[in-house]
Amino acid sequence: MLWPLFFLVTAIHAELCQPADAENAFKVRLSIKTALGDKAYAWDTNEEYLFKAMVAFSMRKVPNRETTEISHVLLCNVTQRVSFWFVVTDPSKKYTLPAMEVQSAIRMSRNRINNAFFLNDQTLEFLKIPSTLAPPSDPAVPIWIIVFGVIFCIVIVAITVLILSGIRQHRRNNDGPSEVEDAEDKCETTITVENGIPCDPLDTKDGCLNDAFVTEGERLTPL
Amino acid sequence: KRAPTYRARRPSTRSSGAMEKTRPLWANPLQFVFACISYSVGLGNVWRFPYLCQMYGGGSFLVPYIIMLIVEGMPLLYLELAVGQRMRQGSIGAWRTISPYLSGVGVASVVVSFFLSMYYNVINAWGFWYLFHSFQDPLPWSVCPLNSNHTGYDEECEKATSTQYFWYRKTLNISPSIQENGGVQWEPALCLILAWLMVYLCILRGTESTGKVVYFTALLPYCVLIIYLVRGLTLHGATNGLAYMFTPKLEQLANPRAWINAATQIFFSLGLGFGSLIAFASYNEPSNNCQRHAIIVSLINSFTSIFASIVTFSIYGFKATFNYENCLRKVILLLTNSFDLEDGFLTASNLEQVKTYLASTYPSKYSEVFPQIKNCSLESELNTAVQGTGLAFIVYTEAIKNMEVSQLWSVLYFFMLLMLGIGSMLGNTAAILTPLTDSKVISSHLPKEAISGLLCLISCAVGLVFTMDSGNYWFDIFNDYAATLSLLLIVLVETIAICYVYGLRRFESDLQSMTGRSLNWYWKVMWAGVSPLLIVSLFIFYLSDYFLMGTLQYQAWDASQGQLVTKDYPTYVLVFIGLLVASSTMCIPLVALGTFVMRHQRGDTAPLA
Repeated sequence: MLWPLFFLVTAIHAELCQPADAENAFKVRLSIKTALGDKAYAWDTNEEYLFKAMVAFSMRKVPNRETTEISHVLLCNVTQRVSFWFVVTDPSKKYTLPAMEVQSAIRMSRNRINNAFFLNDQTLEFLKIPSTLAPPSDPAVPIWIIVFGVIFCIVIVAITVLILSGIRQHRRNNDGPSEVEDAEDKCETTITVENGIPCDPLDTKDGCLNDAFVTEGERLTPL
Repeated sequence: KRAPTYRARRPSTRSSGAMEKTRPLWANPLQFVFACISYSVGLGNVWRFPYLCQMYGGGSFLVPYIIMLIVEGMPLLYLELAVGQRMRQGSIGAWRTISPYLSGVGVASVVVSFFLSMYYNVINAWGFWYLFHSFQDPLPWSVCPLNSNHTGYDEECEKATSTQYFWYRKTLNISPSIQENGGVQWEPALCLILAWLMVYLCILRGTESTGKVVYFTALLPYCVLIIYLVRGLTLHGATNGLAYMFTPKLEQLANPRAWINAATQIFFSLGLGFGSLIAFASYNEPSNNCQRHAIIVSLINSFTSIFASIVTFSIYGFKATFNYENCLRKVILLLTNSFDLEDGFLTASNLEQVKTYLASTYPSKYSEVFPQIKNCSLESELNTAVQGTGLAFIVYTEAIKNMEVSQLWSVLYFFMLLMLGIGSMLGNTAAILTPLTDSKVISSHLPKEAISGLLCLISCAVGLVFTMDSGNYWFDIFNDYAATLSLLLIVLVETIAICYVYGLRRFESDLQSMTGRSLNWYWKVMWAGVSPLLIVSLFIFYLSDYFLMGTLQYQAWDASQGQLVTKDYPTYVLVFIGLLVASSTMCIPLVALGTFVMRHQRGDTAPLA
């Protein structure tokens, strides 16, 4: 006797949750194998129950909807993909809740729903509900300026050190040659080369001394 | 006969700042070799040779490349080194010694080197920019920034890829065309200033400082290349790239363009004609064996090109395989979603079968989905040949972001680019500074630190043009036109000058008395005959190419489409290009004319020595 009533109820439910036709229905798509690979779990009625629970949980966070129960969430048209449609009905189960409410509720609790199934925004898709993307972390001072500053300072310091040491050496050299210049003025600035042997004019003003004849030099008159 | 007198190198009992300035020398021949290697092994080896290899037949491109190396590269390199070592002066002084009418060749070299150093250091600035941004997690070019209401990604970034977006928008902030200048952007400008400071630090003390820096700039890139080789070969899909590259396409040997590009690549890769090699060799001991060094440097340069292209092609293969698998994944997802198939059912192996099955079973639905299904092909991914800054900053970064520990690989890679770039800059600045410090007029008023500083300051100030919004377009102009024709002309005049004006026999006896080794007949044949002919044919080819193309065009970035579009240069830019080429090539005849007029005025009718 209760069977006709049961059929009536499911028929009404089926009417409320009809893919694409029902207003306020959302399609959900899961890619469990892609996300988890070997550790993928099978999608069965228990997982569906968990899903309904999560949706009801998200709805309860919305003001005025704190009394949403699991039975108010209807799933239909579950495919092999795994994809299905769901609607959330009001306590009287006569009509479905407006899409905007459901959307904002899901968006707020999206992270919790994802975590419950070990999935993320890409593998647990709510079509028509855009996900809020995490803004990239912006540190107060961009990192590149810090690295730039460090290298810049090192280079400036190195240049300063080199220039200062160059100036100091230059000054020392300027004091040095002024004494040597007087000595050099007295003789030629060019070195004469005889047979490939350079003669240093400062040492021998009167020509090159051939060392092979040094011992005999005492007997001979000086050149 | 009176014994020859010369200003000898005095023993160290005298202070180094003696009244007569002795020429600074390399501390040992190894510094000279490293300086030449770090100058000629530059960014072109990494980003141009792999492109040419891919375009002109893969493994078979090596045949024209090696032939041109032996016929053109080695002789011309030896010639420049020998001239520098013999004349012991920078380019202007060296050519003036050969013939006063030819000092224009030296002036042209200096002008071209000046242009080159202005725009080349901008690449180092970009290298610094990427290097500094590599210390973030995630890498800034691996993710697109969000749009204003945080629901999706930035539009331009979606249409292009995130690496292209980072390069064109964040680094260059490129304008849609060359006419729209925008302003100087402070971030690349800072990096440019830093790059010039770094170069100044290295050239500050002349050969003393350069000689020590070249140990690093010559050796460190090889360390990084070896690390990358090992990493590259172990990447997934690297063998695809290597197989694609090294499979010889022998029919390309019949393509004259392959031979011309091989000759051009050898020519520009060795850095002939800029005066840098003459400058480096002028700091050599006269008895240095520059023949052996010329052969070593040219062989190492070519070996590095081939080595770098192995690394590049493993990276290409990895990137292409990654993109191909991504494309397949997208197609699989599309089909799985449209037909509600079971997740994980479609794989790459059964994709084709399932497609035909679906097409026959659900024809209407399939035809709806069909336009969106992309034909994923590994060949077409590998076929995207890129050269230049696009390869270095877009393709490589795309591959790096997909590796594990991508920050480390990114830092290593941009560090290597910087070493290569700064090594080449050392040669460029030496080509300009050596004639300036040789000239008694300038060096008596200013110490060499001040001359270097002035050069860096002026080049940096002009280089700020390349940091404007349209800067990259001007960069491309300089890159394509500032040096190409002028260098060919310069080297041609150099070869003819040595062989026919100075006299090949005289040069041969000079070299023999200098180094103690006689000149091989091979060099004589190449210098006097083959190399000039080759250069003339390259010159004719380039000129005819420019004239046949009609108006010159460039690639502009279209932000709305997220890709490059071809545009024509406006007239004033064409005039500028003409001026650019003319300003260096016209130096040769103008200075010759000026010398002739001056001598005529002085009434100096005595024959040239």
